[in-house]
Amino acid sequence: MAAYQLRRSLLYVPGNMPAMLQNIPLFECDAVLIDLEDAVPLNEKDAARVLVRCFLDQYKARNKEILVRINGLDTKWALDDLKTVLPGLPDGIRLPKADSPEIVERLDTLLTEFEEELGLDIGHFRILPSIETALGVINATSTAKASTRLIGLAFGAEDYTATMEIERTKSGEELFNARMRVLWAAKAAGIQAIDTIFADVNDMEALRRETELIKRLGFTGKCMVNPRQCDVIHDVFAPKAAEVEHALQIIDAIKRAREMGTGVISLHGKMIDAPIVIRAARVLRTAQAHGLVDIEISEEDIYGTE
Amino acid sequence: MALNSLGREIPDSFAGKKLLPYADPWSLQPHAERSTRAIRRLTHNGSKLVGGLRDAIIASGLKDGMTISTHHSLRNGDSLLNDLVREIDALGIRDIKIASSSVHVVHAELIPYIRKGVITGLECGVNGPIGELISKGELDCPVVVRSHGGRARALICGEVPVDVAFLAAPCCDEYGNFNGYYGPSACGSLGYAQVDAQHAHKVVAVTDNLVPFPAVPVGIPQTVVDFVAQVASLGDPKKIVSSTTRITTDPIGLQIAKYAAMVIRASGYVQDGFSFQTGTGGISLAVAEHVRDMMRQGKVKGSFGGGGITGYFVDMLEEGLFEALFDVQCFDLKAVESIGRNRRHQEMTAGTYANPFNCGSVVNRLDCAILSATEIDVDFNVNVNTESMGYLLHNTGGHCDVAAGAKLAIVVAPAIRGRLPIVRDAVTTVTTPGETVGVVVTERGIAVNDRLPELKAELIRMRAPVKDIRQLRDEIYAITGVPRPIEFTDKVVGLIEYRDGSIIDVVRQVRQ
Repeated sequence: MAAYQLRRSLLYVPGNMPAMLQNIPLFECDAVLIDLEDAVPLNEKDAARVLVRCFLDQYKARNKEILVRINGLDTKWALDDLKTVLPGLPDGIRLPKADSPEIVERLDTLLTEFEEELGLDIGHFRILPSIETALGVINATSTAKASTRLIGLAFGAEDYTATMEIERTKSGEELFNARMRVLWAAKAAGIQAIDTIFADVNDMEALRRETELIKRLGFTGKCMVNPRQCDVIHDVFAPKAAEVEHALQIIDAIKRAREMGTGVISLHGKMIDAPIVIRAARVLRTAQAHGLVDIEISEEDIYGTE
Repeated sequence: MALNSLGREIPDSFAGKKLLPYADPWSLQPHAERSTRAIRRLTHNGSKLVGGLRDAIIASGLKDGMTISTHHSLRNGDSLLNDLVREIDALGIRDIKIASSSVHVVHAELIPYIRKGVITGLECGVNGPIGELISKGELDCPVVVRSHGGRARALICGEVPVDVAFLAAPCCDEYGNFNGYYGPSACGSLGYAQVDAQHAHKVVAVTDNLVPFPAVPVGIPQTVVDFVAQVASLGDPKKIVSSTTRITTDPIGLQIAKYAAMVIRASGYVQDGFSFQTGTGGISLAVAEHVRDMMRQGKVKGSFGGGGITGYFVDMLEEGLFEALFDVQCFDLKAVESIGRNRRHQEMTAGTYANPFNCGSVVNRLDCAILSATEIDVDFNVNVNTESMGYLLHNTGGHCDVAAGAKLAIVVAPAIRGRLPIVRDAVTTVTTPGETVGVVVTERGIAVNDRLPELKAELIRMRAPVKDIRQLRDEIYAITGVPRPIEFTDKVVGLIEYRDGSIIDVVRQVRQ
C-alpha cells in the first residue's frame, strides 16, 4: 500500500507557531512538513521542538502523513530534534541537505536506535531526503538507494539555486537539469519524486504552470508554503475524466481476462498486461482520493490471486 | 419570571412593558391594525426648509419623554445622531428614547447624554461601547435589541411609536423628496429609513446636499416629509461605505467558505431561479465567489440576490447570474453606484425585506443564506449579540429574519477564536433559534440539523466532513478546554426580541 500513498501536496508548517500547528488536521494536503529548520529562528529552536512534540502527542486522529524537517545532521540541534520529536510518532523525517548517501545512512542508523528504544518496528520512521545542493544533485542516484526507509526524493530549488549562485525564475529553465537528475534517481530506485515549493503565494497561474510542468516531467507531488496552494496542485494532479474512464476499462478487462485464466487481454486493439494494470490502478486510486470515482482497488484486482 | 421554550428565564416585564416569552418561530399571529398617524394637509407650495438641526427639532415639536429615530445607512460614518442628541440637550429636552435602526461604535459620543438623562432608553440594538457599559452596570439605560424585520414590525404595528424621525438624506430637495444615491454622503439604498418615513409621527429630512426640486429618482417622497433641515455634513464619507470589500486570504476562512460552498452544492438549490444572500465578511465573500463559479459552470440563471449588497453581487447581476438584486443597504461604492443607475438593482424597505407580519417578506423567497455567529450551541442556537465577556456588543441585524425565511440557513464561523470554542454546550445569548438554522459550517467540520436528513446524506456522499454537532463541540473542547461560565447578576439590562416581538432572551448585568 505504501507505494500508493498519495503525496501530491506537502505543506510546510513552521514548528514554532502554535496557531498553525493546531490547524494541521484541517488542511487538505496529503502530508505536512513540520519545520524545525529554516522557519525557526535560532532562539526558538528548543521551544519549537517541545511545541511540536506536544502537538503530536495530542494529534491522535491522524488524517495525513506527518514528516518533521529536523535541522541538518551536521548541526548541534539535530539530535535533540530527533530525541524530542520521535516519541510523538511522526511518520518520518524530512532530512535537509542530503548531499550524500552517507548522510541518509547516518540518519537511518539513528532512527533504528530510536526505534529500538521506543519499542517500534525497525523501519517505522520513513525518510524523505532533500536534494538541495549541487553536490546533492550529483549524488542523487546513490542517495536514492541509501536506505529502505526512503519514500522519495524531494528537490529543494531555493537552496539549490543559492549553491549554484543563480537566481530562481518563475519559468524555471535553470532547474531543468537538476529536476531531471532527481527524477531519474527516484524512478530508478522505485521511490517518489517530490518537487520544490513555489514561493509566490499570490500567483496561482504561475503555480499552475509550474505544477503542470513538473507533473509532465514525472514528479508525483509538490511541496508548498501556503495551504491556499493546495487546490491548484490537487487540481493539476487530478486524473482527467478520459484517463479515469480508460483505467476503469482496463481493470474491468483484466478481471475478465483472469476469469478466462489469462493475465493478458486486448482492449480496443491494445494489449493489457501487468504494468498497464498497475498504472491504471494508480490512476484510479488517485481519482478516488479526488472523489472522482467511488471504487476501491484491491491488490487482488491489480495482481490477481495465486 | 417565566421560562421560554428555549429554557431562558424571561421576566414578566421590563422597563414598564409586559413581556411575551418566545415559543417558536412560526405560530405567533398578529392581532393588530397598522399604526396610524395624523393626516396632514400642507397648502403652501414653498420650501419646507426650517434651518438647521436645532430649528428642525423645535419645528417638530419634540418634547420630554418622546421617541426619536435615525437610520443607520451611514453606518460608522454617521454624525447625525450625535449632533441631534447634542442639540436636544442644548434645548433642555430630557427623557428621550432612541429607536434608530441601529447604533454604531461612532455613537459612543452619546454616553455622557445617557448619564445626564437626556437619553433614557434604547429601543434598538447597539454596536460597541454603549452596550458594554450597560452590560457592566455602569450605564443605566434599558435596551431592546430587535432584528431588522422585528424593528420594521414594531414600528408598523405601533409597538414602538416614533414621535420624530430624523432621516439623513444624502440627496434632497426643499420640498422633501430625497434619495441615497448621490452627494457626499451617498449611501445607496435607504431601506431602513423607508419604514420610519411611513410610520413616524413627524418626519424630518436632514441633508448636506440640497438639490433643486425635484430630487430624482425619488426614494422617499415629499408626501411623507414634514420638514427639511440643512447641515454642513452628515458624516464621514470614508466610513459610510468602504471602497473595497475583500475576500479573505486566511486559509481557515477559505476552508470554511469551501465547505459552505459544498453545502450549497449539496442542497441542489443552485439551479434556475436560485436566490441567495450573504454578508460582507471575508468568508461570506469567499462563499459568494464559489457560488458565482457554480452558477457559471451550471449556466444557472438565478432569481435574486438579497439583503445588504456588495460589489460582488453587482458583478453577478451584471453578468446575468441574477435577474435582480433586492437591496436594503449598500455595503460598498460599487453597490451605491449601481443602485443609482440599474433598475434591476431594487431598493427594498426593511419591512419588505424581513418583517414577519405582512403578506410575505423577501427573506421568505431565499433559497440559501450565509450567516455568521459569535457562538453556536449544540441545539444550533446562534448568538451574535454578546461577546465572550458577556457584554452586549452587537446588533442582531437581519440574522434571525433571514434564518427563519431562507429554505437553507448556513451559519459559518471558525471553530476557535483566540482561545475560545465557538461551538459549545450553550450560547451566552440566543439571537436566532436553532430550529431555523440548517447547517453549521466550521473549518473542523459540517454539522447538519436533524431536520435535514437528505442534505446530510448527500454531503456524506460527497465526502464532506459531516459531524454530529456534539462531536464537533467535543473536538473543539479537546483543544480549547471548557471555558468557565461568565457570571451574571440577576439584573436584566436588555432584551433580545425575536422578530415576532416575543422575547427570545435577555441580557443580564455581568458580575464584575
